This record gives sequence, structure tokens and C-alpha cells, in this order.
Amino acid sequence: MTAITVAIPTGRARTASPLRAVLRNKLALVAVVVLALMLLAAVFAPLLAPHDPNAQDLLVRLRPPAWMAGGTSEHLLGTDQLGRDLLSRLIYGSRISLLVGASAALLAGIIGATIGLVSGFLGGWFDRVLMRIADIQLAFPSILLALAIVGFLGSGLWYVIIVLGFTGWVSYARVVRSEVLSLRSREFVTEARAIGVGNVTIMRRHLLPNVMAPLATIGTLHVASAIVAEASLSYLGMGVPKEIVTWGAMLANGQLYLGTAWWLAVFPGVALMCAALAVNVTGDVLRDVADPKAYRR
Amino acid sequence: MTELSVGAARVPTAASGVLRTVVTKIVTAIIVLLCVATVAFFLVRLSGDPVKLLLPPDATADQEATLRASLGLDRPLITQYLDYLAGLLRLDFGTSLVYDQPVADVLLERLPATLQLAAAAMVLALVISVPAGIIAALRRGKAGDTGVMTGVLIGQSTPPFWVGILLILVFSVQLKVLPASGYGTFTHLVLPSITLAAYSVAVIARLLRSSLIDVLSSDYIRTAKAKGLGTGGIVLSHGLRNASLPVITVIGLEFGSLLGGAILTEQVFAWPGSGRLTIEAITNRDFPMVQAAVLFFAAIFVVVNLLVDISYTVLDPRVRLGR
Repeated sequence: MTAITVAIPTGRARTASPLRAVLRNKLALVAVVVLALMLLAAVFAPLLAPHDPNAQDLLVRLRPPAWMAGGTSEHLLGTDQLGRDLLSRLIYGSRISLLVGASAALLAGIIGATIGLVSGFLGGWFDRVLMRIADIQLAFPSILLALAIVGFLGSGLWYVIIVLGFTGWVSYARVVRSEVLSLRSREFVTEARAIGVGNVTIMRRHLLPNVMAPLATIGTLHVASAIVAEASLSYLGMGVPKEIVTWGAMLANGQLYLGTAWWLAVFPGVALMCAALAVNVTGDVLRDVADPKAYRR
Repeated sequence: MTELSVGAARVPTAASGVLRTVVTKIVTAIIVLLCVATVAFFLVRLSGDPVKLLLPPDATADQEATLRASLGLDRPLITQYLDYLAGLLRLDFGTSLVYDQPVADVLLERLPATLQLAAAAMVLALVISVPAGIIAALRRGKAGDTGVMTGVLIGQSTPPFWVGILLILVFSVQLKVLPASGYGTFTHLVLPSITLAAYSVAVIARLLRSSLIDVLSSDYIRTAKAKGLGTGGIVLSHGLRNASLPVITVIGLEFGSLLGGAILTEQVFAWPGSGRLTIEAITNRDFPMVQAAVLFFAAIFVVVNLLVDISYTVLDPRVRLGR
């Protein structure tokens, strides 16, 4: 059975491999390297961070970065109002950003792909109801929904991931649905049905592999927006619990010391921007590989 | 994009076609709002017992029961729900637990500040993104395009509330030329509206560029060129008009993210709008207020998109005639 499903051309150019595309494009190469470094920083944070991110040292409060007058090489990017090392906090903060970004995109992808597959394949009233739900979901400023849910259920890492996952599924569902609509009358689907393959198997074995490319593209781009969304929630004090270091919460704290310690509000933002930029560039390259026609969008 | 224009009726005459489409869209909008109201209602109920939060931990069961009864929370859920819906029909959204005033009054009082901010941001976003999109489309693949698209990429990757913080750092803390917070004069509006506009500039510029590129490669543009029309004339009379349709739709959708962005922007600049009120209400567990605020934001968004949809119907004969 599986032998039949492999190597089905879908009309997309499959000759260019993502790896080759990345190597050809210098910007993409930089983006992938940045992303890899951040991933390493997140995974090996306890080894890389020069200090405990929560260790307070009131003797060195609000120290500027090392290259400025008053800075020490002990604290490369300076310290905050409690004398906590900014670099160490940034390194630990990457964990939450990347974890939430990737998990939320994955969750949204699973929900969206399932809805899109079922909706596009089965069609009929089922499709109409699901797409109407998608409209309603879009009608809702997702940050407000996230705020309302986190605000009411309480803060927590899992709540944030679930909320961002559940508010992000619509774009996946729409793209998968439209792909499936064009795939479902293709021969490999109609013939599978003719020999008695069940709906679930057709969706899983024959349709899903053919929508993976656009799914991966949307998923990557969604990681960037989930990272920014998590930072927004944490900035508002409604993301993960306060004991956990996040870039968003660091920005909220940094804003209080704008007049005396600019570095507290600048570096976490730079980190956020670099992360989102690296993910977005990677996603753009993936899209160019998956769909050359869409390169100008 | 077309998924939004629900049920374009296939009716031969233009007038009845428009009417039917408009009616369908209005009915859909009402259903959407009803769903949002329902979700908001049950979400609030799911989130725990407000009575326990409102009373000190050592309150007696008697006191709890009294408060529960006075808030009407002792009734069956379905009664509360029907009551709530009936209230919505009378535009009665309940009484704020914190302000002890009708929720609608408090929200409406804060609304002008948010609308002022959102309108200023939208105007600013269009002033920047429309020329940028046109330049990028006309200079496709050249320096101008690369510049705009790089800006778009950076804009899409920068958390807008951080832009606000940076603006405060530069213009309020360092240069001391603009206020960092507050409300009332034009100078107060500058930094918040730039921050909020940052949300939409990248999205609109990118979309205008791609839809203009699509339009410019179409047959009638080639005909216009063959007739000897100049680039300016082509872009203005043919290109923009046709490229504007998807852009108008996205502007409607962007209004939603503007409202969402307003919540953050108002927080950054301590702007006394309804976004900040919503955050306060969530922090204070002011349930009726949160319920109303959610519905309120959704209503603004739905109405704006309804108007966009209808203008779309009127502007585009293909949609109007359901072809």
C-alpha cells in the first residue's frame, strides 16, 4: 500500500531541496545559523549562562554592559535593578520563547491540518460549518482571546501554548483545505477509494503527505508570530508565571528603568527580533522551495 | 480572501443581487456576534468562582450565599445565559464589579481614546505602506523593491510594543521632545500612533506590492501600455483600482489586529483607552467588564468588516453580480 503513495508529483517543483536553497541564499544561511545558535543556547542554558539567571547581587545593581564606563566583564550585558545578570537571563529566556513558539505552531498545525483535511475531503455541510467557525475565529482579535483565557484560567506555560495553538489554526486549515479540494478528485485518490480504502486512511496516507510542504511553510512563519505573541502576553504580565524568565517580562521590567538603564529594555527586544527574523527568513526560503510561484508574495 | 464574502447570490439583476448579498452578510455578522457572546459567557463561567475571588478567604458560607444571590449567580446556568442574551438585546451589559457602574458606560467613556489612536495609526499606516507598496511593485527586483521588502521583513519580525519602548527611549528619555505617556494633545498621540501603525505597515505594503504585481502583468495593462499610456497613468487609473480590492479586505482584517495591538500600545504608553481598561478588568477579575469588552472588540471588528464586505460588493461588479 505504501509503495503506491510515494513519489506522487503534485505539480509543485520538488527538484530544489531546502538544503540547497538555504546554501544558495546567504541571508537564509545566516538565519539558519542564528536559529541553530539560539536552539543551542536554549538547550544548554545551564552550561552557557555565566550566572544563575535569578541570583540577585545588590552590590552590582543596574551595571551597564561591559564596554561602557562602569561595566564589568563579569556581566557582559550588564545587570538589572536586582543585580541579576542580563546575559544569563537572555539565555534562559530563549528557552520559553523557542519552546512556546515551536509547541504552539505544532499544536495549531495539528488542529488546522486535521480540520482542513476533513473539511476539504468530506465537503458538504461539515465543510460549511467548519469554515464558518474559522471566520468566527478570525473575527476575534486573538490576543484578546488569549488574554481572556490566560487571565481567567491563570498563567501557566501550558495555558500559553494551548491558547496560542488554539488561536492559530485558521490559516493552516484554510491552506490545507484548498489544497485538498484540488487533490481529492485526482486519480490517486479516486482510485484508492475505488479499491475500498477508507476515508481516514486516504486522508492520512494519501492526502496528508501532499500537503506537508505548505504546512511546513505556514508552521515556520507561525513560530515567529507565536514567539512575538508569547512575549506580548508576558509583557502584559499574563504569560507564564513570574518566576520563569521570559523576554517579554524582561521588557516590561526594562521599561521601568528606561531613564537609567536602557540596556534592560533594548537587549531582550533585540533577542526577540533576531529570533523572529531568523524564523521568518527560514520560512520564506521554505516557501520559495515549496512554491516557486509564491516567491513574490 | 473570497471566503469572507459569504454567499454572493447568483441573481441576474444588479440591485437585487446587492441587496441579497448585503442581507446575507448582515445575518452572518449577527450570528458571529451571537457566537462570540456565547463563548465569552461560558469562558467567564469556566474560569472559576468570582464570589470566592471577591470575598476575603475567611468569609462565611452565609456571606458567600448572599453575594452569590445578589450577583444572580445562584440561578441555573441556562437562566443566567438567557438573561444575559436578553440583556444584550436591551444593550444592557451588566454592572462592573469594580466601578459599580453599568459596564457599557465605562467602556463608552474610554472608547474615544482608543478610536482616536486606531484611526491615527490606520491613516499613518496607509500613508507609509501605500507608496512603499507601489514603489516595490514598480521597481520589482531593483534597489527600491529590495529596500521595501527588507523593511517589511524587519517590520514583521519586530514586536510592535518593543517599537513603542524604543520610541520612548529615543524621543522621550534621550531627546526629551515627546511625552512618554498621557493623553489629550497632539504630541501625546505621536508615539502611540507610530507604534500601533507599525503593526499594519508591513502587512499592507507587502500585500499591495504582490497584488499590484499581479495586476500589472495582466492583459489590460499590456493594452494600456500599447496605447501609449505612461506608467503614472497606468498605475493610477488601472493598477491601483484593481489592486485595491484585496488590500481593502486586508485593511478590514488589519483593523482587528489594530484593536488587539491597541491593547498593548495603550499599556506601553498608559493610554486611557478601552484596551487598557480590558487589561485592568482581567487583572481585577471584573467579569461583566471582560465579557462586555470581548464582545465589544469583536463587534467593532465585525462591523468594520461588514462595511468592507459591502463596499467590496459595491466596488467590484464581479462580486456584485455574483459571477
